Amino acid sequence: MLNPLGWVRKVGHVTVDRIWRLGFASRFLWVVLTQSGTSFRRLHLTLREIYFGGVLSLLIILVSGLFVGLVLGLQGYEILQRFGSTEALGTLVALSLTRELGPVLAAIFFASRAGSSITAEIGLMKATEQLKAMDMMAVNPLARVVAPRFWGGVISMPLLAALFSAMGVLGGWLIGVVFIGVDDGAYWSQMQASVDFRYDIWNGVIKSFVFGIAVSWIAVFEGYDSVPTAEGVSRAITRTVVTSALTILALDFILTSFMFRGAS
Amino acid sequence: MNRTVLDLWVGFFVTIGIVAVLFLALKVGNLSSAHMSETYELQAKFDNIGGLKVRGPVKSAGVVVGRITDIRFDAATYEAVVKMTIDGRYRFPKDTFASIYTAGLLGEQFVGFDVGGEEKMLQPGDTIAKTQSAVVLEKLISQFMFSKAADGQDKK
Repeated sequence: MLNPLGWVRKVGHVTVDRIWRLGFASRFLWVVLTQSGTSFRRLHLTLREIYFGGVLSLLIILVSGLFVGLVLGLQGYEILQRFGSTEALGTLVALSLTRELGPVLAAIFFASRAGSSITAEIGLMKATEQLKAMDMMAVNPLARVVAPRFWGGVISMPLLAALFSAMGVLGGWLIGVVFIGVDDGAYWSQMQASVDFRYDIWNGVIKSFVFGIAVSWIAVFEGYDSVPTAEGVSRAITRTVVTSALTILALDFILTSFMFRGAS
Repeated sequence: MNRTVLDLWVGFFVTIGIVAVLFLALKVGNLSSAHMSETYELQAKFDNIGGLKVRGPVKSAGVVVGRITDIRFDAATYEAVVKMTIDGRYRFPKDTFASIYTAGLLGEQFVGFDVGGEEKMLQPGDTIAKTQSAVVLEKLISQFMFSKAADGQDKK
């Protein structure tokens, strides 16, 4: 039986639910931030998370960065040679990587590689009641478990994005200069002429920093908020990856429209 | 995991991350070449700026000596006012000619300084008196067409 009122009620329920969750997540973030002192006083906690989030993500970031650069170099060359301006290859590769692809792709890889494992770890700790046990021993799990993971992600993300962009530029150089034979000097000098440090590279770093906050926040929140069962944890991990990817893309659009509006 | 090994890996990670940022800044970006510590401002008024954009380069003898910081329309004189910051190391004579050129056939447009022979130099905040507008391709073509047409009539 189609009940129009029931349908409207359902929409209302979903909306209220979402807003409630967003509010809960924001308050969670606030508490994590106020409990962050421990992650810097006992730095080895955060260092451990930088190792698991950042160092172990190095392989996927470096390899995928290199291959994105190779593809950009190849496809960019195909297009540019039609207009007889293959010297602009360096500009094309460097600008698309530093402005957009580097931060966005690195953040998506980071979310699927490190974000998911953070969620799984915290979710499983919750399911096996380790978090409650900590609470019983007067150890605040937010300060001991959640905050170091959050900060580890926030610190790792800009470094990973910069590595991704750098590898991509080298990949574009490898395919363009070494294999196809674009002039080496033209590749670098055209790039340097049109890539501005503050405008292009620094904005990319700011982007990756914002993505780092978003991904780490989502990952720790989904883990902490997961239903403490095997199924609940697996759902939380899926939500982390999906929500992170969508959030990164949406944030990227917003940031780009602020940073590069009216760009030359 | 062993604490020292962990520290080593994190140190390695942070180091290559910073190296990547430096690589982007120095090798990919223009931090090394176009670093202008001291700058001063100049203005120029053009009848038509064509496709000139803010942040575009200002060149003299082909070398980048500054950047365009602001372009606005002067409602009193119906001219475009272009503000530029110039590298403090370079001074230009009072009778410098500011023209708008295009890099290549379809490239970006920039302001070029053709230096005159005057003894006095332009002071910060000065307005360049002699300017030449951008070449509008349509105007050029129509001029060429008209002159051709006029030639044809003369011959008859």
